[in-house]
Amino acid sequence: MPVFNAHVEVTHLPGIADPAGATVERALPALGYTNVAQVHIGKTIKLVVDAPDADTARAQVNEMCERLLANPVIEAYEVVIS
Amino acid sequence: MTARIGVVVFPGTNCELDVEYAIQQLGGHTERLWHGDDTTKGVDAVVVPGGFAHGDYLRTGAIARFSPVMHAVGEHAAAGGPVVGICNGFQVLCEADLLPGALQKNAGLKFLCEPAALRVETTSTALTNLAEVGAVLNVPINHFEGNYVCDERTLAELQADERIVVRYVDNPNGSLDDIAGICNAQGNVVGLMPHPERASDPLLGSSDGIVLLKSLIAAATARSTLLV
Repeated sequence: MPVFNAHVEVTHLPGIADPAGATVERALPALGYTNVAQVHIGKTIKLVVDAPDADTARAQVNEMCERLLANPVIEAYEVVIS
Repeated sequence: MTARIGVVVFPGTNCELDVEYAIQQLGGHTERLWHGDDTTKGVDAVVVPGGFAHGDYLRTGAIARFSPVMHAVGEHAAAGGPVVGICNGFQVLCEADLLPGALQKNAGLKFLCEPAALRVETTSTALTNLAEVGAVLNVPINHFEGNYVCDERTLAELQADERIVVRYVDNPNGSLDDIAGICNAQGNVVGLMPHPERASDPLLGSSDGIVLLKSLIAAATARSTLLV
């Protein structure tokens, strides 16, 4: 079976506070970067999936996100298969 | 028959001894429940205590919800059995869908370890049945991810059905609607961030948590009588 690389990005849902991002945004001006806004901190999860085709791999990784990798109450996720 | 209260232990749980000691000091009997066993050993109530279950890896409570014991805890809850999640235990119950919403990082991004004033909002729960509505209890918090959040519809439901169990008098972490603890629709599953077991003796600076633990023992006793 072909092997696919999955790249998952988990971020906060719009409207959910991102205190880590907000804190970094407040810290950057101290280093002289006064032109920065909208800092968001999320996480990246990389995995390798054996699947018959890319669509099957994508569907399976999406399911993993719904069930474990992300918490749909507070997080959004994006899956890229290559 | 004396009521038995099960205390769940995951790898990384660190408040089980405190919870057991506090319950035993109040005359309750405790039973340790290991996360890898798919059973609640027939206990009358379950406490999911604080700590860092499975190292808080991925998200707080995210891995713990798949531990075999959580299947048994879910069945116990569905049958009306009292379940109380404290701190990390609250996070686990949310991840396990036994309670709605989620706990995110504290606004201000500080780990908070301090006394907190809690106002009791309802007494129709396994944790507050002996308390009085409006009573203010001094119970410590000790968390980084205690900032309760949920969607608007869930919040409206929690408010309308009086499922907000305790609120912070002075919101320390940004929690929605000052929420410190909530319950399910039946009131038998309760989760809260503050630690009642750490306010169970004057030596600890407060014994205001006793009324909560006594309520839990009462709920367990009612359950054991029901089952006999």
